[in-house]
Amino acid sequence: MPEHRPRRFRSRPREVAPGDTPPLDVRAVDDLRFIRQTMERSAAFTAVPGWGMVAAGATALPAAWLASRHAFDARWLEIWITEAVLAVSVAVVAIQRKATRSGLPWTSGPGRKVLSSFAPPLAAAALLTIPLFRGHLGSVLPGMWLLLYGVGVITGGAYSVSVVPVMGASFMALGAAALFVTLPGNWAMAAGFGGLHIGFGMWIARRYGG
Amino acid sequence: MARRQAARAKAGADSPAPASKVRGRRVAGEIPELDRLIHERARLGIVSALAVNDSLSFNDLKRLLKTTDGNLSVHARKLEEAGYISCHKFFEGRIPRTEYRLSAAGRRAFDQYLGNMEEVIRQAR
Repeated sequence: MPEHRPRRFRSRPREVAPGDTPPLDVRAVDDLRFIRQTMERSAAFTAVPGWGMVAAGATALPAAWLASRHAFDARWLEIWITEAVLAVSVAVVAIQRKATRSGLPWTSGPGRKVLSSFAPPLAAAALLTIPLFRGHLGSVLPGMWLLLYGVGVITGGAYSVSVVPVMGASFMALGAAALFVTLPGNWAMAAGFGGLHIGFGMWIARRYGG
Repeated sequence: MARRQAARAKAGADSPAPASKVRGRRVAGEIPELDRLIHERARLGIVSALAVNDSLSFNDLKRLLKTTDGNLSVHARKLEEAGYISCHKFFEGRIPRTEYRLSAAGRRAFDQYLGNMEEVIRQAR
């Protein structure tokens, strides 16, 4: 009579004992995950397009000159809204080009993380613009825009190269100066959205590629 | 050239067992042998980070990989000696800077390593 041998069932996946080398396929999956995370983190780290920032900054200078010929009226606001749309378009194209060059989509995890940090202060600035302009407080707008843009750059650039939060702090300082030291609004806008973008953009392009 | 070969051989000494001899058992011969130089986690991190950036400074890599000066320096030197990355040292004002780039050989090795990893997973399934 054949000896009865109980069947063995493997109810749980293979477990790796501490100190034991994991199977190669487990390690391969782990390695690929590590590679993807490192690539995404480092792509986000230098995703800021230097030359794109220079180009966006260059569009702000003629806008400031045009806006300076109007006294915070509806035409003045139109100029700056048009400039904002133009600068954002330039930045989006530059970010996409840089992301394509690095082989990672900018809509991947880190891209979404940066956008979710950067967008709320900008949305707040856009919403605050409406009541302030209606309340004939147009002269406050440049300081408020610079301040909140600076906040967005600091929060969005938290995972980026260290120069990005410095740029955000510079925008905030300029915004504060426009609000409290009565720095002329259009000059502050030219110095911030023009000068700071061009200066920091050239620095980033030189250090981390365009 | 001989220096690079020596570096690759030396790097293998502190790396895990080859793909064909994992956990003491011999696996089917089709499993590709892994590049031991890249297989080590710290060096894999350096190469992965440089694969998506034109160049990164020593401090950037240190921040990204959350490692120490000594550890990064040792692993970067191994990759440099193997010709996988290039190192450029210069002064910015009075501050010394070190910048790393992935070489063509390093990119080829990285692509091959990725292909090998995918092959290992495919065969395991």
